[in-house]
Amino acid sequence: MSWGVNWKASVGLLGVGIKYLAVTMLVPLVVALVYGEDIWVFLVSMALVAAIGFAVERVDPDPDLGPREALLFVSLAWIAAAAIGTVPYLLAGYGTESTIGLQVGSVGAFTESVINALFESMSGFTTTGATVLGEISTDRHSHAVLMWRQLTQWLGGMGIIVLMIAILPEVAVNGAQLMESEAPGPELQKLTPKIAETARALWLIYFGFTVVYIAILYGLHLAGMAPNMNLFNAIAHGFTTLPTGGFSPQADSIAAFSAIVQWVVIPFMLIAGVNFALFWHVLRGEAEVMLENAEFRAYAGAVAVVTAVLAVMLFRGAAPPIELGGATQGVTENSLRQAAFQIGSLLNSTGYATADFVQWDTDAQILLMFAMFIGGSAGSTGGGVKIVRWLIVGKAIRRELFTTAHPDVVQPVRLSGSVVDEDAIRGIMAFTLLYLVLFGVSAVFLSLDTTRVGIQLTMLESTSASLATIGNIGPGFGRLGPFGSYLFFPDTSKLLMVFLMWIGRLEIVPVLAVFISAMDGR
Amino acid sequence: MHVVVIGAGEVGTSIAGSLSSDHEVVVVDVDEDRAEQLKYEIDVLTIAGDGTTSDIQTAAEVGRADMVIACTDNDQTNLVACGTAKTLGDGFTIARVKSTDFLRTWEGSEGAFGVDFMVCTDLLTAENIVRVIGLPAAIDVDPFASGMVQMAEFEIAEESPMAGQTVAEADRFESLTFVGLFRNGELTIPRGDTGIKAGDRAVVIGSPESVQAFATDVDPRTTPDDADDIVIVGGSEIGYQTARLLGERELQPRIIEQDPDRARWLAEQLPKAVVMEHDATDTEFLSREHVDEADIVVTALRSDEKNLLVSVLAKRLGVDRVIAVVDSPDYVTVFEEIGIDIAINPRTVTAEEITRFTYESVAENIAVLENDQAEVLELELTEGCGLVGRPISELVADTDARFVIGAITRDHQLVTPRGDTVLRPGDHVILLVDSDSVGEIASMA
Repeated sequence: MSWGVNWKASVGLLGVGIKYLAVTMLVPLVVALVYGEDIWVFLVSMALVAAIGFAVERVDPDPDLGPREALLFVSLAWIAAAAIGTVPYLLAGYGTESTIGLQVGSVGAFTESVINALFESMSGFTTTGATVLGEISTDRHSHAVLMWRQLTQWLGGMGIIVLMIAILPEVAVNGAQLMESEAPGPELQKLTPKIAETARALWLIYFGFTVVYIAILYGLHLAGMAPNMNLFNAIAHGFTTLPTGGFSPQADSIAAFSAIVQWVVIPFMLIAGVNFALFWHVLRGEAEVMLENAEFRAYAGAVAVVTAVLAVMLFRGAAPPIELGGATQGVTENSLRQAAFQIGSLLNSTGYATADFVQWDTDAQILLMFAMFIGGSAGSTGGGVKIVRWLIVGKAIRRELFTTAHPDVVQPVRLSGSVVDEDAIRGIMAFTLLYLVLFGVSAVFLSLDTTRVGIQLTMLESTSASLATIGNIGPGFGRLGPFGSYLFFPDTSKLLMVFLMWIGRLEIVPVLAVFISAMDGR
Repeated sequence: MHVVVIGAGEVGTSIAGSLSSDHEVVVVDVDEDRAEQLKYEIDVLTIAGDGTTSDIQTAAEVGRADMVIACTDNDQTNLVACGTAKTLGDGFTIARVKSTDFLRTWEGSEGAFGVDFMVCTDLLTAENIVRVIGLPAAIDVDPFASGMVQMAEFEIAEESPMAGQTVAEADRFESLTFVGLFRNGELTIPRGDTGIKAGDRAVVIGSPESVQAFATDVDPRTTPDDADDIVIVGGSEIGYQTARLLGERELQPRIIEQDPDRARWLAEQLPKAVVMEHDATDTEFLSREHVDEADIVVTALRSDEKNLLVSVLAKRLGVDRVIAVVDSPDYVTVFEEIGIDIAINPRTVTAEEITRFTYESVAENIAVLENDQAEVLELELTEGCGLVGRPISELVADTDARFVIGAITRDHQLVTPRGDTVLRPGDHVILLVDSDSVGEIASMA
């Protein structure tokens, strides 16, 4: 079966990527050396992954991608990355009680461990931040494995394919095609004539922010304002803030750190939800491009409004005095901080927490859930529907209402003053509808599937599980809260959520386009 | 003056006709029969041939021409003809174009295409329409500095809110200067505390937008504002430019265009205008969209027949003012006879503009006010002329000449004159001068 695509080309190019993924494992290897941990896990992983890479590459040593091959490649690349990412988890946890370590006791235990590892790895690369890692602590897991978990989010943030385009000339040839399919948001903004340079610029900005952020966090530690923010924690969180990831090697997430650290994290989470191309303009001295950008304004406005509302609710007593988060009723600083942090984290799909918001009252939780629907900006590392799509959907609906009364009026939809192409509007409508349908259907499936194995999900739990995975957000409500875990789900539900994270990161369309073209056989 | 006119269409013939009495005119046309025929119509020398070639231009003695006017129906031909003329001599070149893109390029770079002055037919027509729509209260309106500056004269009516105000109160617009006040036929140079009475005639110079706003202050009743419904039928270049210029004056017209692609294009170019895609001769559609209740309808369709039909329809439906664009000069009177308020012919407008430009004077442009009591002049200042290098307040103090500087354009930007503004060579100055002082000003410039 040909599937209407030259799959060999896609797979061949995949090998190139896998090969280089082995190189990134040097980071946890160094961590293992520093902490005197078992280095064989990562040495073996590297050898294994490199071998797989070389083998896969030989399927087509000189790949030439057309549009459909590009879609297939991008879709496969994220599965492949997630699969490769499981190797260190499985090896390191072999023979221990780790939930993501390889178990060979029985067929059931074996499948469950592999699915768990895949869930954790997919959650990492797609920057979701949902976890099945049972107990998160350096006592149970090595520093190296936890750092690998953080690194997967950093690699996935700006996009593994954007990274490949930036550094691998053989991928750059088909770069525009690939980036179009992977970039978060409806369209690709080419910043420079050469696509590889655009990719490099984006990664450099991303890298720059990460370095500055780590320096600030570690600086606070050196200044004595953040006792437990040591270099390991600074780098670990540096890897998961800018990609709107949300993994933390601390069981208490950012609640484990002092208030000043929390205040530092907030702006960087918000930066991660901004279109990185806008920073490129700012660096070139064109700050007005950013300030006049309709999406940026809407994003800033949405964050400000939702935060203000939530802060008032917390101040008025929406949250009980809880261990993680502290008392907010009548406390201005803490109300503001908890509101800004939770919104900064959930609106753009990061998934950190400084308060156990599942204990807040229903009003506050519904507001958080609403924020989850918004999503970051196009071209940011955030997930969700994305601000720009909501803007265009809103404008298109308003036009629809107007033209119902005036059937002859011709009215283009505009964004930041420029006209949005009608094809793009159709695509955005389809995407948004598909997103909502998948979210709803998956929530129903998760609810039924858990009942099958005798677990009863609440309404908030089932809907938030679906939303948190397709939107690459991470934490949900109820047992899936920021300090909870997805571990109790049956294997089938976890596989569905792996699928949701995957298509959520690729924004649904590339994946479904590959399926549709395969089903047509053309 | 030796003048060469290239293109003997309606515009060229009209220009040649009005110049032939005082000047030596050579007309070049590609059509032999047309050239032959023209010889008997007006007293000019005609040459048949391609006016863009240097052979034909040499035959027309372009080398010693004072002025070369390229006014064929084709933009590119006109530009090339001017370019060729510049290789042969140093005559002043005038090109007629339709495309506003060429005009923008030319405005952006002095002497582009070898053209010294460019007349954009469609834009000029649109400017005329907008003037007719926008300033019904004005007695006299004239454009200066290629449309960037307007001079307008208004009579202050009894019921005008401006009657009883001082000049300082009335002149509240940044880019507008109150230059003159005629009372009982006598010119007064206004000062801030000069009172305005009913029956006075006020002369202002400024950007078209500020003149429009001033008109609203003078006569809020007849001057259209954003509550007035203006409908443009036909999204031709003239229709588009009219809508654009009205938009700049805070008047948002509705546009009816039948072609879907053109309608979409218009809607993209004019964010605030409402564009409707429909056949404007469909009466059911016109009443559904309440076009019958419009205050002003402009018909700018591509054929005169359709314009006539729509104009008559609009008039019958009860539209107050109907303005029609008429392509053929012969039909202008026909339109006006059957009750269309104003018929505008783009060729006539173009020919008038070019002819106006050929008047010999120190000024590039002149408007005469109130039985020649005062003149509004546009002067291009040269290096070493008596007006440059000093603040305006000093200039006024040092001379007996009665004049007011209304506006300055510098590098195609409007500069509002103030007492401390220093004039520079290359500036275009639009000023009102008492007729008795014109000689003095001319000697300084």
